[in-house]
Amino acid sequence: MKVPAIEMKGICFSYQSTPVLEDVTFTLKQGAFLGIIGPNGGGKTTLLKLLLGMVKPEKGTVRVLGEAPHAAKHRVGYLPQNTDFNVNFPISAMDVVLMGRLSRSRIGRRYSREDRLKAEDTLKMTGMWDHRHTPIGQLSGGQRQRVFVARALATDPEILFLDEPTASVDQEFETNLFDFLKELNKRVTIVIITHDVGVISRYVNSVACINRHLIHHEEGQITAEMVDMAYQCPVDLIAHGIPHRVLPIHGEEG
Amino acid sequence: MWDALQFEFMRNALLAGVLVSISCGIIGSLIVVNRIVFISGGIAHAAFGGIGLALFCGFSPLLGAALFSLAVSMIMGAVSLKHKERSDTVIGVLWAIGMATGIILIDMTPGYHVDVMSYLFGSILAVPRSDIWIMIPLDMAILLTVLIFYKEFTAMSYDDGFAFVVGLPVKTLYFVLLGMTAVATVMIMQVVGLILVIALLTIPPYIAEKYTKSLGKMMVVSSFLGIIFTLVGLWLSYSCNLTSGATIILVAGVTFFLFQAINFIKNRSYRL
Repeated sequence: MKVPAIEMKGICFSYQSTPVLEDVTFTLKQGAFLGIIGPNGGGKTTLLKLLLGMVKPEKGTVRVLGEAPHAAKHRVGYLPQNTDFNVNFPISAMDVVLMGRLSRSRIGRRYSREDRLKAEDTLKMTGMWDHRHTPIGQLSGGQRQRVFVARALATDPEILFLDEPTASVDQEFETNLFDFLKELNKRVTIVIITHDVGVISRYVNSVACINRHLIHHEEGQITAEMVDMAYQCPVDLIAHGIPHRVLPIHGEEG
Repeated sequence: MWDALQFEFMRNALLAGVLVSISCGIIGSLIVVNRIVFISGGIAHAAFGGIGLALFCGFSPLLGAALFSLAVSMIMGAVSLKHKERSDTVIGVLWAIGMATGIILIDMTPGYHVDVMSYLFGSILAVPRSDIWIMIPLDMAILLTVLIFYKEFTAMSYDDGFAFVVGLPVKTLYFVLLGMTAVATVMIMQVVGLILVIALLTIPPYIAEKYTKSLGKMMVVSSFLGIIFTLVGLWLSYSCNLTSGATIILVAGVTFFLFQAINFIKNRSYRL
């Protein structure tokens, strides 16, 4: 049996004295496509930061691919939620994507031919190859997000963490991206934070809902319990695109 | 100008100006894109404490300034990482304490007081040949460090979160940058004085940033701008008999506003 992609046990975390996560425990198999939903301030991004080793838990243990997060760094890819920072920075789209090829073991060396080919691949895949020489600040918000997606993919990860990858891109790119991710999911575990419940129902095969506590559903169904917890108000679940139900009909569950 | 070159001190001044401008362009660009201008100002001013200490104990003021600013830069770095929200306050406090310590120590030093003004406003015309020989290896060290770790410094400056996630030693890079800032500051102090260090560190990169597409080009353009500012400033100060450090900064300052005006007009004509 393979090591689980993610293992969290009894995680507690708070900013100053405000608890953000309480007793979060869950295990994710390798090869899963996990969607994380939850309200603003529910702890989604914090959960991701714990998994990436950017913050340390007060209590509990985190394992990524069987290792502590700081030891698994060269095996994960990451797309931050905010891509609108440092827009005046003199850096081209290509150089941003090449950042994905950096690693501790290769500090001080030039980018190799392979690095450049990989960056070319992911830029083409996200449709940004023609803009490779454009300074990052001159791209639109959506274009910039594509560049950042390309950078996350350029890391060649075993697990890919995406924090709202489609927050400011158009519908077409969103569909392309998810089709691509679905294909990539054959070899790579994917963890994605999203507000789009429709996306969850069509692409992911595992759902977690987080609002201080975490509920994990391995079959990828969104239950009424999750929606209640996540949004604390009645939500109409309408599936876009393919006609199908998001919530199981009463009595059908199980 | 040319007849001035027959003087040894003038040749030294020109060389010092060029050497300082190179490190200014490199370190200044990193300071601007990392938004640590305030820290660099704090390091420069706190260095005065080191000068005071050196005069009091009777060793080289330059060495005192270097050691003191290195120590202060590490403290400021630690504070800025630990207490993000109030780090500017703490840096401001260290800034003032450093200067005050320097002045008190000089007060307590018996006998003849060296010209304190030369540290505050620079004394490029009094840079001895021996200082040039110290500046060259320091310049080379800064240049080589940034050249070797160029992509790491770029990543750390542009997106430290991602740099951390891919496994780069972001904190170490940050402290190395601060250490280089301390070294560069002591060099720049010779030319324009510690009060004006910030100007020479920030004005050339700020102008260069708008016209360049990579951090490396920004560094090269800033270095050239710095060289032009120091040479023109030096020439003006020589022919008009003005304080050299202040003249260099004013040349840079006037150019800064000139570029601002050009950008303003450019942006307006786009909209019309």
